[in-house]
Amino acid sequence: MKKVLLLAVFALATAITYAGGYRVSLQGQKSLAMGHTGVAVINSSELVFFNPAGLVHLENKLNISAGVSGVFANVSYQNENFGDYAETDNSTSTPLYFYASYQANDWLAFGLGVYTPYGSSVTYEDDWAGSHLVNNIELQAIFIQPTVSFKIGEYLSFGGGPIYATGSVNFNRNLNRTLTDLDGNRSNVTIDATGINEWGWTVGAMFRPTEELTIGANYRSKIDMNVEDGDATFENIPNSPLTPFEDTTFDASLPLPAEITVGLSYQFCEKWLFAFDVNRVFWDAYESLDIDFANENIPDSKNARNYKNASTFRFGIQYDATKMFTLRAGYYFDESPVQDGYFAPETPRNDSNGYTAGLTVNVGDHFEVDASFLYLHFKEVDASYDYYFENGQAAPFGGTYKNNVFVPGLGVTYKM
Amino acid sequence: MKNTIKICIGLLAIGLVSCEVEFDNPVNSEGFYDSGTANLSTYVAVGNSLTAGYADGALYITGQENSYPNIMAQQFAKAGGGDFTQPLMNDNIGGLLLNGTQVAENRYILAVDENGNPGPVRLVGTPTTDVATSAAGPFNNMGVPGAKSFHLGVSGYGALNPWFARFQTSASATVLGDAVSMSPSFFSLWIGNNDILAYATSGGLGVDQTGNLDPTTYGFNDITDPNVFAASYSAQVDALMATSSGGVLLNIPDVTSIPYFTTVPARSIPLDAATAGALNAQFALYNTQVLPGLAQAGIISADEAAARQINFSAGVNFPIMTDDDLTDLSGILQGPPFFLPAATAALLGQLRQANNNDLVVLTAASVLGSTPDPGNPQGVIGVSIPVGDQYVLTAVEQGRVAIAAASYNATIQAIADANGLAFVDAKSALAQVASTGVPYDAGMLTSAFVTGGAFSLDGVHPTPRGYAYTANLIIKAINRKYDATIPYVNIGTYGTIQASNN
Repeated sequence: MKKVLLLAVFALATAITYAGGYRVSLQGQKSLAMGHTGVAVINSSELVFFNPAGLVHLENKLNISAGVSGVFANVSYQNENFGDYAETDNSTSTPLYFYASYQANDWLAFGLGVYTPYGSSVTYEDDWAGSHLVNNIELQAIFIQPTVSFKIGEYLSFGGGPIYATGSVNFNRNLNRTLTDLDGNRSNVTIDATGINEWGWTVGAMFRPTEELTIGANYRSKIDMNVEDGDATFENIPNSPLTPFEDTTFDASLPLPAEITVGLSYQFCEKWLFAFDVNRVFWDAYESLDIDFANENIPDSKNARNYKNASTFRFGIQYDATKMFTLRAGYYFDESPVQDGYFAPETPRNDSNGYTAGLTVNVGDHFEVDASFLYLHFKEVDASYDYYFENGQAAPFGGTYKNNVFVPGLGVTYKM
Repeated sequence: MKNTIKICIGLLAIGLVSCEVEFDNPVNSEGFYDSGTANLSTYVAVGNSLTAGYADGALYITGQENSYPNIMAQQFAKAGGGDFTQPLMNDNIGGLLLNGTQVAENRYILAVDENGNPGPVRLVGTPTTDVATSAAGPFNNMGVPGAKSFHLGVSGYGALNPWFARFQTSASATVLGDAVSMSPSFFSLWIGNNDILAYATSGGLGVDQTGNLDPTTYGFNDITDPNVFAASYSAQVDALMATSSGGVLLNIPDVTSIPYFTTVPARSIPLDAATAGALNAQFALYNTQVLPGLAQAGIISADEAAARQINFSAGVNFPIMTDDDLTDLSGILQGPPFFLPAATAALLGQLRQANNNDLVVLTAASVLGSTPDPGNPQGVIGVSIPVGDQYVLTAVEQGRVAIAAASYNATIQAIADANGLAFVDAKSALAQVASTGVPYDAGMLTSAFVTGGAFSLDGVHPTPRGYAYTANLIIKAINRKYDATIPYVNIGTYGTIQASNN
């Protein structure tokens, strides 16, 4: 029975996630349960991600946290003018994290993190109304981050480290709204690239003027995922010099934008902790998704994105109910980086409200089980992507979108 | 404890999968779109090649899938409409076999030749659709290529038309009878195009049968008598209305709206000054002596004498052509006082130069200026050999077509009004495509050949986008007449012509 139920978690899940754009904010169950706050919360080795400066404040010598989330996301699309309707297919998305920290002495700690802060998995039915923009996309980036954290004086600490990012992308769309082969099969292209490796870095600072109040800031650098010589595969192309599409390689670049987080936490009435974070993600780096095909006869694909910088406001609260249970709840408002007229169905994200809850079960002195739950609520939105061109003329693709996302997550923490 | 939590999350997951995203007003919920007072459960479309989804000079699967009735039926389905069946061909090659012998040609594709010029050519391939092995009807789509108004009620029409023989329910079936046997709850009727179009596309080779009330004596290229049309049409509407909650009638577009008649310019023969001068010298005596003489003698009118003048000049010229509406002079010219040789007299017999009032058909493009006899480079069609009558629809012939069409259209409108049926003015709509074009979300739909998007490579039948435009016109008329809210289609998402080399 348990196996069946677990299967439900992993097999029946739908895809997609996130916060705005293709950022996936699921980097730790304790933090997620508190609205994904954490830049100023000294809780566990989740700090490797949230603010390396805090690691040095952890009480234990060794701290390990690992977890997985099951992302159940649904997107529906409809167009009332034409009666078009589409929804994304079910598929599984399971972002993971692993963090460890080690206290070398009372002013120095080391850490290591492996996590997946970016990703996207959206699958529409092939040849749906927006198939000239996307049939399906699978985007993944795994970050590996060695970290150092140290105290300067009594109140101030710093931390940071390099980030090694390794990613892959697989994207399929139809070439336009009408091109087919002789038998009416839609002409389409798949671009595929794996083993895209890049470097970035993160740095954080933490200030603890009192035992109760913690103030933190963390900056994560932009990482451009540059694809060179990825594979472009064309299907159902008519046999004509007028349609000179054939398999080739491509170059492309996708920015994983820089972000800065500032926040505070305040402990009150002994058992309560309040946390507040503001994220600012510099999405303006994502101007356009340009695919440069090596074969000069094939026109390059330029897809304006023109994202804007976006903020997320996060609130979390924690209550140490008993020795065994710690309860958490949170809320965040996530501003979409997508501007009017740039609402593309591969990341159909408008502003959202995230409601979170979770708990930690302390099993003995060394072991904790962390559970969290996120419900991300989107209002139904009328939106369009106005920068698709046919013969030089814009043909907007619009309609009504509605999303929702449920993310149950489970993690473990070990400390000694 | 850990396991307990796992189980909790598993249970949660099962609950969540059923939490699909639901719009406030989902378009796929019952009642979002409404068929009004029309009952769309059994829609039957009756007509000719246009209804069948014929395109690119052939009938093939993807063309049929984009027939206007099928496009409409898909939208009807969003407003409570039922299934819609079509007599689908067996392939996308086009072409039809009758007991293994090909009786209809393959589809056209836009091929690029060795010089890089795109143009329509027939797709090479062996068709696999055989009349003998096709599934019998009836089908919701009862469009029969080649059918004229009076054909729909002809018992045993399948013997005359292999397109109907493909799916007739019996050897004695009529198209109308098979359609009525479906007990349509709603119907469309678009018939009568071929009653003038066969005459027009043949360059007026046939006979205007106005006044002849016996269609069994008509040739295929003839114009149907308007009373024959009216009687047939009226009977069809009556029969289709017997079980229907409503229906829609479409009138007949002008032939001048379609690229088959508007693509090849009448003035098409380039000549240099020397050649033009030499040709004029040959016709000098004819222009200055023979024609005025015949006019003086009263054999032809002064107007006809003027119309028959042949004059070339440096630049692009009108071709010479045979016009069977001119007085035949071949006998007279062999007699006194001209005593022309028989061959010359025959050449001049019904000769004139084309003018801007003539419509040159699409198929003349490969004929004009060609030299049919490789041994005789002087024998150039349009210059020294007249263009055949089948390639030119003259002003006189256009007049016959227009008069018949106007009469048919008056009948269609009157019958629609008398029976309270929806009516589509396809004539005006296509005229707009031909004159100003119709805007869509990524451009302008026009009747320009190959590039305009509305017409397929045969120059007569629409593309999928053209059929989608037609479907929208009909949906609009239905919505208005029956207080329905059937959604339109976005014509920009429908294809146009198929590029492919053999």
